[in-house]
This record gives sequence, structure tokens and C-alpha cells, in this order.
Amino acid sequence: MSLDNHVEPMLPALRRQLIDALALILPPHCLLTEDNQLAPYESDGLAVYRRRPAVVTLPETVQQLQAVVRTCRDLSVPVVARGAGTGLSGGALPRPDGLTLGLGKFNKILQIDADNTAAVVQPGVRNLAISEAAAPHGLYYAPDPSSQIACSIGGNVAENAGGVHCLKYGLTVHNVIQVKIVTIDGELLTLGSHALDTPGYDLLALMHGSEGLLAVIVEVTVKLLPAPPVAKVLLAAFDDVQKAGDTVAAIIAAGIIPAGLEMMDKAAIVAAEAFAKCGYPTDSAALFLCELDGSEQEVDEQMAAVIALVEAGGASSHRVAADEAERAKLWKGRKSAFPAVGRLSPDYYCMDGTIPRSQLAHVLAKMGELSQEYGLQVANVFHAGDGNLHPLILFDADVPGELAKTEEMGGKILELCVDVGGTITGEHGVGMEKINQMCVQFGPDEIQQFHALKAAFDPHGLLNPGKAIPTLQRCAEFGALHVHRGQVPHPDLERF
Amino acid sequence: MADLDNTAALQEQVLQAIAEKQQLEIQGGNSKHFYGLQQRPACQAISTATHRGVVNYQPAELLLTARAGTPLTEIRELLAANNQVMAFEPPGFGAQATLGGTLACGLSGPARPFAGAARDHLLGIRLLNGQAQALRFGGEVMKNVAGYDTSRLMVGAMGTLGLMLEASIKVLPAPAAQQTLIHERTESEALGAIERLRSSYLPITGWCYAEGRSFIRLAGSEKNIAAVARQLGGETLGRDAQRWQALREHQLPFFNDPRPLWRLSLPSGTPPLNLSGRQLLDWGGCQRWLLSDADAPLIQNKCAELGGHAELFKGGSNQSVFQYIDEALIPLQQRIKASFDPANIFNPGRLSAEW
Repeated sequence: MSLDNHVEPMLPALRRQLIDALALILPPHCLLTEDNQLAPYESDGLAVYRRRPAVVTLPETVQQLQAVVRTCRDLSVPVVARGAGTGLSGGALPRPDGLTLGLGKFNKILQIDADNTAAVVQPGVRNLAISEAAAPHGLYYAPDPSSQIACSIGGNVAENAGGVHCLKYGLTVHNVIQVKIVTIDGELLTLGSHALDTPGYDLLALMHGSEGLLAVIVEVTVKLLPAPPVAKVLLAAFDDVQKAGDTVAAIIAAGIIPAGLEMMDKAAIVAAEAFAKCGYPTDSAALFLCELDGSEQEVDEQMAAVIALVEAGGASSHRVAADEAERAKLWKGRKSAFPAVGRLSPDYYCMDGTIPRSQLAHVLAKMGELSQEYGLQVANVFHAGDGNLHPLILFDADVPGELAKTEEMGGKILELCVDVGGTITGEHGVGMEKINQMCVQFGPDEIQQFHALKAAFDPHGLLNPGKAIPTLQRCAEFGALHVHRGQVPHPDLERF
Repeated sequence: MADLDNTAALQEQVLQAIAEKQQLEIQGGNSKHFYGLQQRPACQAISTATHRGVVNYQPAELLLTARAGTPLTEIRELLAANNQVMAFEPPGFGAQATLGGTLACGLSGPARPFAGAARDHLLGIRLLNGQAQALRFGGEVMKNVAGYDTSRLMVGAMGTLGLMLEASIKVLPAPAAQQTLIHERTESEALGAIERLRSSYLPITGWCYAEGRSFIRLAGSEKNIAAVARQLGGETLGRDAQRWQALREHQLPFFNDPRPLWRLSLPSGTPPLNLSGRQLLDWGGCQRWLLSDADAPLIQNKCAELGGHAELFKGGSNQSVFQYIDEALIPLQQRIKASFDPANIFNPGRLSAEW
């Protein structure tokens, strides 16, 4: 996609000065300055946005990292922290005038405290690696973003990552008890504790989803949960999306909180079935997978109730996976939905809005209209339990103009989410990608408050500048400032 | 009292305070006036009590939005009619307690270690900042990462960052049944037992200990808790809902004591504490109520050594109500305060003597 905010590269003299200073702090293998070394850091998981950083550092100790950050502060060099680089909103997109601070060498699990159900890990540890290390104790780390095999826990905190088990087990913010951060002044601070609260403002929560704009995360303590003894999954198919949505609402209204509740529309079902051969009924308009976990007793009782609701809701077919192999197969279809859709089209663009679940049928219908209008196909996967919708727009980047069209349509979808009372991002973050839509979701006073809050941490705006929170000028240019009683807010601001 | 959107009048009062360089003390039901630093500068009250009413309740979306002055009792009744609850069991400490006051104080009840804290159930807020701007953060959906998590920042901020106008919270199904098991144990045995249970998948939603007896609350389907109760053994407590409510609201005889009441917040696995006075343990041992005349530094240092902190919850007279473990955080917190309330209008001296 076109990056519309051009950033001038770092001046050669400053770059020389920066590299000389960093060479005193870091061993040579931790300092990358050559073009071929910098190229792999040009983008994160949103690969259509690319920029080359001036310098990449890969510190190995917190002391080195503190010194790197202090050097950047002293030279007024922007710092972009980067975990595994799997983010989908361009949050770790480098700056040509800045330093990318890779946390990949902080990859150690420091402690699995099984007695107190906690794990202390470095930020570069992969999400799934935590659960793997905890498994011998019968414990696991609950948030499971779909990139969990590769994404790192520091990035999970920075984005407040979710996953398919959020409704029952929460987001990253609900499962982290302490973080250590390095501020732009190079100060090492501890937020949260191993107790259940700390006095003062909840800075631990604030770090979650702050997208590297407030501090650099250098250690994370997560809560571990005992693994449920039993998990069963039911597949229910419907000839009408509205019926599927209503049945989801009925399950939750009946007092059942499924561990996972994932819905797919026809386009996604067909793609997933072709790819994974998982036994999805491809003639359905929608299906959902409903996973229940707990003790055998609980799961059996709840499954009986869910089946009754699914039948009452007019499902065209339903079945409970008979064994672990079938359960894995049913999930495989859902989990491979993205690559499956990827096979249908040269490129696809994954959106991340959240809507009140009651608005699902309306939103899908509107998206159908947008799809017609733009001539671009859309497949939908939906974390139905918590209203988090991932429309995948299919496009071909080699067709001139299709990229821009896709981006515009994506923006319209996000604005639709806001219109029905939802949000532009449920779990992928704002980053670079959704920065314009922030002007739709928030008014100028709120955006100013965000900037003031950032300034309390980072007065000179050196941590990941230009991401997550738009400037008011940018909103004015985007044309989405809320106009209140015919008055443009902050009329004193220069526009264009 | 009728539902009323009193935003305009509240905004007017804040604007006036700014113009007249006055400070304001925010009051909801005024049930938690005792909480926080007591040597506060005298200032004008601004009341959210008339700004009340449930604005949006969607049981199937697990969502409730209410104005800050809405009494907790009203919310509880409405939820109960739909078999739902606030799973963090907010204590009220008075019939007039409001949703706004509860969230501002950041208080959670006995279910906290098992179901999460007040902040974990918050989805979004509206507030007036210190410039009298009405702002909305978060929203009414379960997953939302647009902008900084400013909503959760308000929980426990004691109203120092702004006046909460409205809050949206996640509500959950009420358990079909609950049962409380009593075991006669020494404190050390009881703490050891909950340690072992912590790493098993069990439907525990409460654990407290006082005077030789531990109480374990199980909740869920009737059959399931019956099976778990057989496994854990012990006697069953009759009318147990009342007991947990009395614990939540500090209405147990234990709390009827003139000595200062300390709240000790400790990591799980902390052994029995040898401090003078009487103790009641809650939250699986992670929250311990201490009635004691011991010196503040003695209590606070002990908790800090163990990785926790102690706060003077009620009574006593000194200024060391809250214990900041990392002093380096204080200037940062002060800058955050200034970013929301640059003229220091709201609740001076309540959270910190510095602002």
C-alpha cells in the first residue's frame, strides 16, 4: 500500500555519529548498518508497507539496551522497537531517520514458577514457547494469537494481542502481571508485581496496546493457567448468516461462555474446505465452531445445552467432533482460513474491526455492498464470541490501482465498524495502517489527550513516532475531524 | 431517583472551578470517603449522584453501560433479573455506593484472584478531564486496541485524572450453583492447601481464612460442584452467599475493631506473616486484612520484602496510606496526572500528598 507520509532519511553526518556511539556500546554482531543487513527489517507482518531503517541494533543485555536508548535520546533519533515482526498493522515499520531496536536476542524463559502459576520471560520469547515450557506442569499461557508459533510476548504486550480464546480467558492485558520497561531516558522501571495489585495508576494496563510509543518492554511476567481436562468442539452450519449470529447470541444469553466461538462466511468456508479438507459443508452460508472446555461433567452439560440451542436456531447441520483427531481437523480449517483464502487470490488484505455482535448481519450485508461497489471479493472470519471481525479483501497488487482501491475499501469497512458502535481494531493495533481511521473513532480532544499522555513518558516524541495516534493536522487532511455544531475544532490549527 | 444525564451541569461546574482556580472533591454515594489519604485540602464537592441510570444493557453481548452515579445495588438487581453478575464482586461499603466510585477506587471482591479485578471487566469510559473536556475511551465491545488503554488507567486513580461520567463493563452469567467448604486448619496448612489447588483446574471462586478455618467457594453447575466437593471433602457452610457478601462488605465481626485496618497485597505463596494484631486472609492469601497498632514502616517493609505492599485501608492517622515500592515511578505518575488535569483540579491529596 502507498505510504503517504514520507520521512526523509537520516542525514549522513548524524548517521555516522550514531553508529560511532553505538559501536562503543554494542559488540559488532549486534549493530547492523549495511544495506543487506538492514533489508530484512524493512517491514513487519504488513509487508506492503516498506521502509529501510537507518540502523538496526540487536542488544543482548538490558544494560546495552538502556545505553542504546539513551544514545538515541541524546541525538534525537527515533526508536522503533521490534519483536518478531509479525504484527499486521505496520507498528514495527521502520523509519529511514530512525533506529530499529530488535529484541530478538532477549529470547530466554527466565523462570517457570509452577507453584505460583507464573512465568518470567524475556520479551523476545515466542508466545507458544511459553505454553510449551509450562506444559510439563499441566499449565499454559492462555492468549493464543494465530501467529503464536512466531510472535513474541513483548510484541503481544505492545499490541494487547488476542486470539480465539479471548471471551473466556481474556486478552494479553488480563494475563500479564508484571512488565519491566526501559523509558526513553534509559531508566529501568517495574510495573505491576507478583501480588495482585500495586498502588498508583495502572501503568501495567497502559503498556498493553501502547505499540512501542511509551517505553520499551524488556521483561514480562505472565500468569499461567491449569489446562482444562476436557475440550470438545461442535460444528454448526446455517443457510443464513442471521440465524448463525442469533444462535451465538442465544448461547451466550443462556449463560454459556465458550472457550472458542469462531464463525466463517461462505467464501471463507469454501476456501478453507478446498485447502484443509476438514469436512465443512460448503453449501452453507455460515458456520461456527463452538469449543467448550472444563471438567467432563461441565462440558457434557453445556454441550447438551448448546446442541439444543443450535437445533432451535435452525442449523442446517451440526456435529460434535467424536475424538481429538476430528477436533483437530475441524480447527485446522479455521486456523488455515488465511492461507486458504490466500490461494484464491494473488494478495489479500486482513482487516480487524470489532462490532457489537447484534450488528453482524447488518455489517456483512453492508460489506457485500462494498464488495460489489469496489469489485473486490471479501471472505469473513469472525471471533463471534467477542465480536472481532476479520474481513479478508482479495486483490491483485499487480493490477494497477487495485492496491489503492483495496486500501480505500478497507477504510470504509473500518468506518462501518465505528458507525455500528464498534472499533477500528480489536487485536491487530493501529500502527501505520489504521492511523487515518483513528480520526473517525476519536475526536480532536481525545487525540490531544493521547498526545499529552505520551508526552508524560516521551516528551520529545522519539518512541515509534508517527504510529498509533495521528496528529490533528493529519486528521484535518484526512477530512475526518468531527465537526461539532458546524464548528471545525481548533480553528487556530494550520491545515494543509 | 430518576435517571438523568447531568453531563452539562457537571461540565459547567468544572469550567467554573478552572476559571476560579478552585479544586474539587468528586463524590458519588460518598460511601468510600474513608479511603485514600485523609489529610486532604478542603475543597468544594462535585457530585455525580444525580448523574445516573443504566444507558445500555445487552445481556447477550455481556455488556452494561451506566452513568457513574448509578447505585451498585440497582445494577446488581438488574443483572440478577437476567441471571448475570459483575464477576469481580465490587464491594460497596454502603448502600449508596455508585459504579463510578467503585471503579475509581479500583476495589474488587473475594472473586478477584479467580475472576479478575475491576479493571479486567472495564470496556470503556466517558470522563471529564481537568480541562472539562468530555472524552470517550475504549467502547462497548470486548476487544478494542484503538488508542492507549486510558479506561483502565482510571480504575484505582481515585478520581485524580478526571471525573468519570459513564462506564461500560463486561458482565457474566451468574453461576447456576455455589457451595462453600470449610476445613479446620492452621494458617500454614491452609495456605499450603490452596497452593496445591491453584495449579489444578477447579471451579474455585473464593478462598478466605480466619481463626483456624479455611473457606473454599465453588461455583458452576450443580453436578460439577458436587463432584468437586466430594473430592475436596470438608463441611459445607450453610447460607454461604451471605457470608461472602459480609466478607466483601466488611460486615463480618472481624472488621468490628477500632484498630487501624491494613490491606496487605502479597504474591501467592507468601507464608503466614508474623505481625502483631489480628488477620483475615482473602484472595487465596494474596490479600490479607490486618487489624494492628503496629508502626506503618514495620508493616510496609515486611510486605515489600515479600514482593507485595501494604495500604492503610481505614483508620489510623498517618500519611503513608499507599506504599510505592518503586520511588522512580512517582515523577512519571505525577506527569500523567498533569497530562489529564494540568491545573490539579480533581481530588487533591487523595492518592498522593504530592498532587
